[in-house]
Amino acid sequence: MSFWKDPLKVAADWLMGILTGWGMPEVAAQVLIGFLGVLILISILMVLDIFLVWVERKVVSRFQDRIGPNRVGPFGLIQPFADIIKLLIKEDITPSGADKVVYNIAPMLSMMSVLILWAIVPLAPTILGVDLNIGALYIIAAGAIGTLSIIMAGWSSNNKFALIGAFRQVAVMVSFEIPMLTMLLIPTILAGSMGMNAIIEKQDIWFFWLSPLAALIFLITAIAELGRAPFDMAEGESELVAGYNTEYSGMKFGMFYAGELLHAFTYGGFLAILFFGGYRFFGLEQVSPFLAIAVIIFKAFVGYWVIMWIKYTLLRIRIDHMLAFNWKFLTPLAFTLLMVTALVNALLAGTSAWLYVAGMFLSNVVLAWAALEIARSYSRKERGKTEGVKKVVTTPRSTP
Amino acid sequence: MSQWIYIGLFFIVGLIVPVGAITVAWILGPKKPNPIKQATYECGIETVGDSWVQFKAQYYIFALVFLVFDVETVFLFPWAVKLGELGMFAVVEGIIFILILIAGLVYTWRKGMLEWA
Repeated sequence: MSFWKDPLKVAADWLMGILTGWGMPEVAAQVLIGFLGVLILISILMVLDIFLVWVERKVVSRFQDRIGPNRVGPFGLIQPFADIIKLLIKEDITPSGADKVVYNIAPMLSMMSVLILWAIVPLAPTILGVDLNIGALYIIAAGAIGTLSIIMAGWSSNNKFALIGAFRQVAVMVSFEIPMLTMLLIPTILAGSMGMNAIIEKQDIWFFWLSPLAALIFLITAIAELGRAPFDMAEGESELVAGYNTEYSGMKFGMFYAGELLHAFTYGGFLAILFFGGYRFFGLEQVSPFLAIAVIIFKAFVGYWVIMWIKYTLLRIRIDHMLAFNWKFLTPLAFTLLMVTALVNALLAGTSAWLYVAGMFLSNVVLAWAALEIARSYSRKERGKTEGVKKVVTTPRSTP
Repeated sequence: MSQWIYIGLFFIVGLIVPVGAITVAWILGPKKPNPIKQATYECGIETVGDSWVQFKAQYYIFALVFLVFDVETVFLFPWAVKLGELGMFAVVEGIIFILILIAGLVYTWRKGMLEWA
């Protein structure tokens, strides 16, 4: 067993030998090693999070035709560290009317809800926190803690903007959770398991090719779940100041901000895991776990970049339009897609791989086309109702 | 080691890190509170009345609709896991279950509960 093939096990065995050599009971040693592993992973995530601040600022500035941070360090790379020092020495303000306990717990929960998601992210075939057999449900459960932290922040701030922002955000989050749950069912059907590692191992063909519509709906619901534009109801800057975190400043605000960035990156990672093969890339993951980690981080960054691209390109949607879009379009479409996937999957189960992939892909395309066509004809009818039927005016052509 | 011990460790460490960061900021930061600084922010004007007011009932209705769907969708997960082994009969059964779910959505829609106004 070489270090390059399975670094986690080698390190754990080495630590185990040392700790049991000191006369520590085996169970305690295992818990301690697990604790160290979690601590290292979360520390790396926090450093990555700091780096994400820089990435986000650089990318948004390019989208807006600016240069972005470029003074502190090479390419402005030290800028987020300067920001963190500033956040650390800022005064910790609690507004006088706030519910102090809830107000202080909310940012911590916000960050925690993101960090615990990484417990089930497989970074390589052998490097993963826990291969939970209910991974898909765990994603939703951890997301619910994020929803809780937002309603806690909004409610405890004693600020009308914060309260309205929190209500809106929670309405959006719980609404878009239905299509998201349904879309998590599709990789589950295709892989026959809810575990993240099992889903990746089944992806000899990316699930994106089997169900492109599911990947698209998952992306849309993930953006809504993150509360980023075009679904940034909670932080409608022009109408609600900053939404649920209006009253927060200093490090507590920093936790919300960093949590949101890491959340976006994490959902980029989940998009890669569920639909784009996770750490797999032409057998590269078999060579070394380190290459597998590089592959999944790269794919997560691509997903994160797409989320940023959408955020900085599209305008904010009004809340009633957004909820109507979810309940009247996305939810029925998601359920129909689930039925179609289950049916086509069962019908084409025994056939050749090419026929299976083609059947799944085409059924998705046809369903997407039909859904868009129904929406288009409905909107045309609605427009006709409000504007009145336009009469076709024919001008008599002058004859020469 | 049990998987859930590991999840528990993640919860603990995931809470320690933000708590630590906020505590360090609390220790390092200056503490000069005054009533104006701690007043509720409302674009510069003084706040009128309590913030914990009545809110739009529509939020409550959306939450109710969500609850029904969320609970019923969770029932679909065991079905989805074992779908490959159960064959066509389970597929048809699942489709009937989803159609009943959609009937609930159509009912809510026809009742006008999905309208914001």
